[in-house]
Amino acid sequence: MTHDYVIEMRDITKRFGEFVANDHINLNVKKGEIHALLGENGAGKSTLMNMLAGLLEPTSGEIVINGQSVTIESPSKAAQLGIGMVHQHFMLVDAFTVTENIILGSETTNAAGMIDLKKATAEITALSKKYGLEVDPTAKVADISVGAQQRVEILKTLYRGADLLIFDEPTAVLTPDEIAELLKIMKVLVAEGKSIVLITHKLDEIRAVADRVTVIRRGKSIETVDVAGATNDDLAEWMVGRSVSFKTEKIAPNPKEVVLSIENLVVNENRGIPAVKNLSLDVRAGEIVGIAGIDGNGQSELIQAITGLRRAKSGKITIKGVDVTHYSPRKITELSVGHVPEDRHRDGMILDMTVAENFALQTYYKEPISKNGILNYSKINEKARQLMEEFDVRGAGELIPGKSLSGGNQQKAVIAREIDRDPDLLIVSQPTRGLDVGAIEYIRKRLIAERDKGKAVLVVSFELDEILDVSDRIAVIHDGSIHGIVLPAETTKQELGMLMAGGHLK
Amino acid sequence: MLKKYESILIPLMAVLSGLLLGAVVMLVFGYDPIWGYEELFYTAFGSVKNIGEIFRAVAPLVFTALGFAVASRAGFFNVGLSGQALVGWVFAGWFALANPDMPRPILILGTVIVAMLAGGIAGAIPGFLRAFLGTSEVIVTIMMNYILLYFSNHIIRDVFADELMKNTDSSINVSANASYQTEWLRALTDNSRMNIGIFFALIAVFVIWFLFAKTTLGFEIRAAGLNPTAADYAGMSTKRTIVLSMVISGALAGLGGAVQGLGTFQNVYIQSSNLDIGFNGMSVALLASNSPLGIPFAAFLFGALQVGSSGMVRAQIPPELVNVVTASIIFFIGVKYIFEQLLKSKRFAKGGK
Amino acid sequence: MSLNLLALLISQMLIYSAPLIFTSLGGVFSERAGIVNVGLEGTMVIGAFAGVVFNIEFAEQLGKMTPLVAVLVGGLVGILFQLIHATATVIFRADHVVSGTVLNLLAPAFSVFLVKVIYGKGQTDSIRQSFGKFSFPGLSKIPVIGDLFFKNTSLMGYVAIATAFVAWFVLYKTRFGLRLRSVGEHPQAADTLGINVYKMRFAGVMIAGFLGGIGGAVSAQSVNINFSATTIVGSGFIALAAVIFGKWNPLGAMLASLFFGLSQSLAVIGSQLPGLQNVPAVYLQMAPYLITVIALAAFFGKAVAPKADGVNYIKTK
Repeated sequence: MTHDYVIEMRDITKRFGEFVANDHINLNVKKGEIHALLGENGAGKSTLMNMLAGLLEPTSGEIVINGQSVTIESPSKAAQLGIGMVHQHFMLVDAFTVTENIILGSETTNAAGMIDLKKATAEITALSKKYGLEVDPTAKVADISVGAQQRVEILKTLYRGADLLIFDEPTAVLTPDEIAELLKIMKVLVAEGKSIVLITHKLDEIRAVADRVTVIRRGKSIETVDVAGATNDDLAEWMVGRSVSFKTEKIAPNPKEVVLSIENLVVNENRGIPAVKNLSLDVRAGEIVGIAGIDGNGQSELIQAITGLRRAKSGKITIKGVDVTHYSPRKITELSVGHVPEDRHRDGMILDMTVAENFALQTYYKEPISKNGILNYSKINEKARQLMEEFDVRGAGELIPGKSLSGGNQQKAVIAREIDRDPDLLIVSQPTRGLDVGAIEYIRKRLIAERDKGKAVLVVSFELDEILDVSDRIAVIHDGSIHGIVLPAETTKQELGMLMAGGHLK
Repeated sequence: MLKKYESILIPLMAVLSGLLLGAVVMLVFGYDPIWGYEELFYTAFGSVKNIGEIFRAVAPLVFTALGFAVASRAGFFNVGLSGQALVGWVFAGWFALANPDMPRPILILGTVIVAMLAGGIAGAIPGFLRAFLGTSEVIVTIMMNYILLYFSNHIIRDVFADELMKNTDSSINVSANASYQTEWLRALTDNSRMNIGIFFALIAVFVIWFLFAKTTLGFEIRAAGLNPTAADYAGMSTKRTIVLSMVISGALAGLGGAVQGLGTFQNVYIQSSNLDIGFNGMSVALLASNSPLGIPFAAFLFGALQVGSSGMVRAQIPPELVNVVTASIIFFIGVKYIFEQLLKSKRFAKGGK
Repeated sequence: MSLNLLALLISQMLIYSAPLIFTSLGGVFSERAGIVNVGLEGTMVIGAFAGVVFNIEFAEQLGKMTPLVAVLVGGLVGILFQLIHATATVIFRADHVVSGTVLNLLAPAFSVFLVKVIYGKGQTDSIRQSFGKFSFPGLSKIPVIGDLFFKNTSLMGYVAIATAFVAWFVLYKTRFGLRLRSVGEHPQAADTLGINVYKMRFAGVMIAGFLGGIGGAVSAQSVNINFSATTIVGSGFIALAAVIFGKWNPLGAMLASLFFGLSQSLAVIGSQLPGLQNVPAVYLQMAPYLITVIALAAFFGKAVAPKADGVNYIKTK
C-alpha cells in the first residue's frame, strides 16, 4: 500500500436489495492525477462515487484516505475529509447569488449572526483567481450560463477545502467552448495539487486530460490503465464487452416506402439548450431502425419531438407524408403511431388505475371501448385479459392496480397495448429494460414480427446487444446528431462503442 | 388482508382518535366525557325531529363534499366551496323570490339550474387561471371566498328589489312553491326542516359515482389527477379536463348552497363570514377519502355531531367542543401517515409482505 | 381635504395594518422555509383569544403595560398553536393546506369553548386597557408632520413597521435567514451542505406562530376590544394575501399590508371622504382579495414563490 494514493476504494460492493450495483470494485487515485471513470449507462459509476461523496454507504469493502480507513456517512463528513463532488444535476439554489450558494452551510459571521459578505466575497474572488474559475459573485445563479453554474459548483468544493474533486459527467450540459474551458480548469486544479476523478463516457475527453482510466462494466472494475498506453478500441471493448449474446432468428428485411422522415431537427431540452442538433433520419416500412447511444445524448428529446410531447425548435418531421412537426400527441397517435416510452412508470402507465384501464389509455375514447362518453368496462376487461394472455403479462388478474404488477410485467403491458393497436409506425424506448430472458426473447420476436408485417419500427436502447440483435440498420446518436449509420452484420460492439463515445467511422 | 380494509380502517381510526381527543379535552376541564357523549348521542338520535334535522344538515354537506371530491380527483384543491355555495344560494334565492307563482316543478328546476350555473361560473374562474396561466388554485379559491362574500352581500343589500326585502339585511321568505321543504316531510319528521334537498343529494351521489365509474370524462379526470404526464402521453387535454372538473365542482357547491338557502332557511340574507358548509364539506370529503359513495356516511356523521351538540349543554359542556372534535378528526386524516405506518407494522408482524 | 381628515386616515390605516403586518411577516418566514401556511387566520384567532383573556385577568396588576404584555402572551400561545401545523407537515407529511385548514377550524372552536368554560358566556367582557391613541413624545410637536404621523396614532403600527425591517435584516443578512431560505428553495441542496431541513422548517413555522399570535392580540386589543367568534374574520387571509402580493419579501408584505389596511379603513370611514362617498363599500372590501388574484394571475404561475414551498421533504438515503 503505497501512500502515493490519496484515495483507495478496496473491494467495494454495494447492494440495493437483490441488485448488485458495485461488485468488489477496486479504485485508487494518485495525488495530483486526473483519473477517469469510464462506463456505460447503469455500469455503476455514479453509485461508486456517491459513496465517496457521503450520499451512500458501501455494503462491504473499505475506503482508505491517505492511508487511513474511514467511513463517510454524510456529505459533511466527506467535506471534512477533503472530498468534494461536482454533481451532474447541480445542487444550486437558483434564487441565490453565486456567493450565497458557495458559502451556504459554511458561512462566516460576525457576533450578531450577520453574514460577513465582504470577507466571503474576498475569499471567493481569491479562489476564483487562483484556479481560473471566472464568476461574478453578485450574480443570481438563475441568470448565469450553465458553464458558470458549474464553476460555482466547483468553487463550492474548493471553498470547503476539497483536495479530491469528483466530476460526474460534467460536460453533458456544456457547449463545446465551455467544455474546452472546463478541461483547462481541471489542468489548473491538479497543477495546484488537487486530485480529480472524472466520470465520463466520452473518449475524447479522457484523451484530453486524464492520466489514468478505470473502466467499469456491469458493476465490476475491468481494467485500470494509463491513458497514454491504451487505444480507443481497447477502451471501447472494455466498456461494452466482447460477449455475443443470443441472436433472434429473422429473415432479411424488405423495406418499402419511408414512413417516418426526420429532417434537420433541432430540439431544445428544458434549459433551452439544443439537445437534438440538426438530426436527419428515415425509417421505412418493413424495417427496424435502432438508435444506439449513451443516455443524455438527445434520444429522449428526439422521441418526444416525434411523438408530439415536445415542441421542435426547427426542422421537419413527416409521418406517412403528413407534416406532423407541430401536431398534438393524440393527432399523431391517430395517424397510426404507437409509442412505448422509456419511463413506463411516469409516462406509460397510471399506476393507481387498474391494469385493464391502463390497457385502455389510448383507446378509451373510441368505439367499442366507449360509446357516447360511456365506458364499456366489460369490453375493457375482456381486452385486457386477451392481451395479458397473449403477451404473458403476469399478475393477479386485470382488475388489480397497475402498481401491483412487477416492473417487467408493467413493461410488457405497455408494449402489448401499443403493438395491439397495430400501428404503422412503432416507436419503442428501452424495450426490454428490467425483463427476464424469456420476456426479452418474446418482445424481440414480436418487434421483428411487426417489421415482417410491413410496419416501421424505431427502437431506442442503451443495450448494445439488443440493438445489434433486432435492428436492420443502426444509427448511433452522440451529442444530438447521428454519428454513423451501420449495418449490424458489418459492425462490431467495439465500433459501436466508439461511435457512441464520440468517435467517427474510419 | 388488512390492506383491503385500509380505506375504511383509516377514516375509522381518525374518527375514534378525534372523539378520544375530545374526551381528553373534556376531562382536562373537569367535564364528564361519557355523560357528554351520551347526551350527544341521545339528542342526535333521540327524536324523530332531530333525525330529520340530521338529514337536513346532511344534504348541503353532501353537495359541497362532492364538489371538493370531484376537484380533488382532478388534482385540484378547491378551497372555495363556501363562495361557490353562497352564490348558488343567492342567485337561486333571487330566482325564487322573483318568480313566486311559477308552477312548483318548474320553479324548483329553475332554482337548481340557476344555482349550478352560478356555482359553475364561480368555479370556472380558478379553473381557467390554473389551466392556462398556471396560477395556484389554493390561493385563488381562498380569495374568491371573500370576493364572492362581499359581492353577494352587496347584491342582497343594493340590488335586490325593495319589495323582496324584509329589512336591509335579509329578504322575505320564498314562496311555498319555491321552498324545498314539503308538507309530507314535515309531517313525517315532526316539523323538522328536512327537505327534498336530501333526495337531490342522493341523486348527485349516484351521478358523480357514475361519472367516475363509467364515463370517459371521469376517466380523464382521474388520469389528470393521478398522473398528468401519463395523461398527456395518452393524448388527453389536461387543460380542458381541469376547467371542466372545476365547473362541475363549483356547480355542485352552488347547488349545495341552494339547498341550504331554500331548504333550511327559506330566504336570503347577509352573511358575516364564510358559509360553514364550505369547510365542513371539505372535511366530509377528506374523511370519506373523496369517494362519492362514502360521502353520505361521512356527512351523516358530521350532521349527527352537529345536531347532537346542542344536547351537550345538559352535561354542562359548551357545544363548541363538537367543533373541536370535528377539527381533530380532520387533523388525524391529515396525518394518516401515522395510521398507515401502524398498519404496515402490524402487517409485517403477521409475517406477510 | 382637511388636515384632520388626513391624519385620521393615516392613523386608521396604521391601526388596521398593524395586525396584518405582524401576521404577514410570520407568513413570510413560514413560506420561505417551504411550509405553506393558510392557518394564519386560526393563529390570529388564538392570539386574540390569549391576548384578551390575559388582558382581562391581569389588567389590575399591569395597568398601562397590560396590552403590550398581552401581545407577547398572544405570541407565545401562537407558537404552541402552530406547533400542531409544524408537527403535522414536517414530521407526519400532512398536506399543508389540509393542516392549515385544521388550524382555522380548531381555533374558533377551541377558543370559544374555553371562553364559555372560563366565563360562562359566548364572548368575553370588554377589556379596560386597550391600545388607545398614542402620541410620540416630542415628535408629535412637529408642525404638520407631527400632526399627521405622530399624534393620536397607533403605536403598534410603528412597532409593526419596525419589525418588518428587523425581519428583512434577519432574512437577508444573517446566517439563519440564508439557511431558512435555502430550505424553502432547494432542501436537497441544503441537506447536502449539512443543514438540518426539519429544524429550519420548524423554526419558520414557529416564527409564524409567534408573529401571527401577536397580530391577533394586537387586533383584538385595538380594533375589537373583546373576544368572540367574530373577532377575527378574514384578517388572516388578508395577511396571507399580503405575503403573496408582497412577493414573499418582508418589506413587500409590509407595504402590501399597509395598502390592504388602507383599503379596510377606507371601507369604514370612506363616507366621510370627498370623492369616495359614491364608491360602494363593497369594492373597498373586495379590493385586497381581488388585487391579489389579479397579481397572481399576472405572475403567470412563474417562479415567484419559494421553489420548494408546499413540498414535503423526505430524506432519501
